Amino acid sequence: MSWKFLRCLQNARFLKKNLQTSLSVHRCVSVQYVPDTISAAHGETTRMNLVQAINNALDIALSTDPSAVLFGEDVAFGGVFRCSVELKDRYGRDRVFNTPLSEQGIVAFGIGVAAMGSTAIAEIQFADYIFPAFDQITNEAAKFRYRTGNIYDCGKLTIRAPTGAVGHGALYHSQSPEAFFAHIPGIKVVIPRGPHQAKGLLLSCIRDQNPCIFFEPKILYRSAIEEVPSGDYTIPIGQAEILLEGDDVTLIGYGTQIHVLREVANMAQEKFDVSCEVIDLRTILPWDEETVINSVKKTGRCIISHEAPITMGVAAEIAATIQDECFLNLEAPVMRICGYDTPFPHAFEAFYLPDKWRCLEAVKKIVNYG
Amino acid sequence: MALLGRFLSPRITKIIGSQARQLSSSSSRQNVDRPQFPGSRSEYSTKLEFIKPDDFKGIPVYRVMNAKGEIIPGGLDPKLDKETVQKMYHSMTLLNTMDRILYESQRQGRISFYMTNYGEEGTHIGSAAACDPQDVVFGQYREAGVMMWRGFTLDQFMNQCYGNCEDIGKGRQMPVHYGSKDLNFVTISSTLATQMPQAAGSAYALKRAGKKLCVICYFGEGAASEGDAHAAFNFAATLECPIIFFCRNNGYAISTPTSDQYRGDGIASRGAGYGMDTIRVDGNDVFGVYNATKAAREMCVKEMRPVLIEAMTYRIGHHSTSDDSSTYRKKGEIMSWDDQSPIHRLRNYMENQGWWSDEQESAWKEKSKKKVMEAFARAEKRKKPNPEMLFTDVYDEMPPRIQKQMEFMKSHCTQFKEHYPFDDHVPMT
Repeated sequence: MSWKFLRCLQNARFLKKNLQTSLSVHRCVSVQYVPDTISAAHGETTRMNLVQAINNALDIALSTDPSAVLFGEDVAFGGVFRCSVELKDRYGRDRVFNTPLSEQGIVAFGIGVAAMGSTAIAEIQFADYIFPAFDQITNEAAKFRYRTGNIYDCGKLTIRAPTGAVGHGALYHSQSPEAFFAHIPGIKVVIPRGPHQAKGLLLSCIRDQNPCIFFEPKILYRSAIEEVPSGDYTIPIGQAEILLEGDDVTLIGYGTQIHVLREVANMAQEKFDVSCEVIDLRTILPWDEETVINSVKKTGRCIISHEAPITMGVAAEIAATIQDECFLNLEAPVMRICGYDTPFPHAFEAFYLPDKWRCLEAVKKIVNYG
Repeated sequence: MALLGRFLSPRITKIIGSQARQLSSSSSRQNVDRPQFPGSRSEYSTKLEFIKPDDFKGIPVYRVMNAKGEIIPGGLDPKLDKETVQKMYHSMTLLNTMDRILYESQRQGRISFYMTNYGEEGTHIGSAAACDPQDVVFGQYREAGVMMWRGFTLDQFMNQCYGNCEDIGKGRQMPVHYGSKDLNFVTISSTLATQMPQAAGSAYALKRAGKKLCVICYFGEGAASEGDAHAAFNFAATLECPIIFFCRNNGYAISTPTSDQYRGDGIASRGAGYGMDTIRVDGNDVFGVYNATKAAREMCVKEMRPVLIEAMTYRIGHHSTSDDSSTYRKKGEIMSWDDQSPIHRLRNYMENQGWWSDEQESAWKEKSKKKVMEAFARAEKRKKPNPEMLFTDVYDEMPPRIQKQMEFMKSHCTQFKEHYPFDDHVPMT
């Protein structure tokens, strides 16, 4: 499907140096990755990048659930991003296997496996290619329990897909399609911000009794490195996390963008003495209204940011809910700093993305409003 | 070889070397230049020749019983006992009676929608009888006979069509979207062909669970044009799934004749292309369908691979109650098929055996009609489910946002209660 692209990505491995603190692929994407701090209660930890954390979660899922199967395009040899590396050797080719190249087939096959009570972990090679499976996701997976009156369900289905900008992915290796799926009652949509989150959230998705879509920010696959608990743990779905407490402005995001917002919060503090509260949404559907509302009630100002195009994006839903719930607390209109309403471009990626400077300008505007 | 070896990895050189040795050691194949392409297993040819679909005769239609209900010489009589054959006949005719009454009730506006099974009862009953009751069924929507055979009660059919409080599906789907976990019949959805690759996945799960069971997946010839059908055939073949793909080719997809649907030799001709064993059968011959399905099931379960059955038949009724088929086909065409119906054929067989008489026929007709009418009346009287059920089962547990919407609905509807049909429903909590 995209071998040329993948070769480029593999060539990009030279970027490993200094990855822990900063990353710049083709000068387009600049992300300062701040590792999660793991509480001592989690026990032993191992240093992992996002790929290794995903691989580790899949390993645990397969070892703790004999019904679990992992499949998709090119997963048997380890996956084009190496997320399923060595799993076929460990669990056998009937549990970790390639499928024909057909996304609608992959998702439907997973629904069928899950309908029989087995755990199905399906991989879509890039989120950009999930659309052929849209019908199976929205009309079938999401509605399976409801329409059958709860006699059949496909709750044990999880769909994983790499998502988001990667520096040079252009139209079909960069998309963030979460808003399309956020409009589908019956599924859960989850996006982690790094290895520790990814492992815990992915294990939750796999074990959740509802069909889940797990989008993995591919720019972080090798660049995000941190200590990850070695054992089996989960992070609850449907709960946002306050990463940075602040009083003046609430910054909401998810996935890679959360790291942009973190940097913006630091810059805002330094440059304008503005205190930002940064919230990682983590789950797009069903999203954590309570955490968001409480934060905005406190700060009175809110900026929501995502890579996906602005019109009808996830930020629109959050903004609408905030004006509904926090009307009397708002000191300025809710702002959305998002991708433009264009396809994702190749040569113009730096101008397209809602980078830290665009977000910083928004902070400046929102505190000076009126 | 040595020169090549400089450019190839040691592993590849080794493979090529061993193939070369194999070729030279076989005297008959000496100097034979065979294609080494990984994507096929054929030989070279110097003839510039296109494969023509017309070079092949159509795949024959397997049958064992003619229109008079006689086993054709050379045909394999499955020799089913009298009780089984009578159950087949009872199921087909009871379905037919239910179809007539529910069709009429839709015309009277008592249910919102209906789809009959006229002319295709034989495909349902013949195939259902050949399967194990534990085999999992995925259907399209015109397979009610399979449920009838497995023991779905008239009350259950009616409750679903009325969407009343006894409906297994809680009144959420349109009529004829049946399902039963007890009978291993996965609930129908309207989206065509989506069930096909799902069925392959379920078959894979059954295989892994070590069950000696298969999945049978029904679909029409129109649905076979969907991308999901392609995915299903290919996945089932490559992943070695024990599944019977059962195509009902009834000549029409709503108004679209098969000539607008495909140009190959029906659906069966596609089977070999996917690497599946395939058979075409006379769908109006319940024994032909039975034999084919029984053999297919055995292959599925023993050899763990898919089989395709294309049952040729004719859709005698309208597509649905929202369709008037006289706008695209002639009455005479339909009449000629009515005479060849699977019901007539089986009745002739039973009469030939001395297992059925006119008296039995009229007694059964009356009895079955009465049973249907009684179930119908019961279903019509039942209240519709508690409106709160609009919100349950979206997820396993209700998220706060949906909880809030439910509370809103309840408070709104109570406030404006005269504008909502509360009397038709089981009260809210």
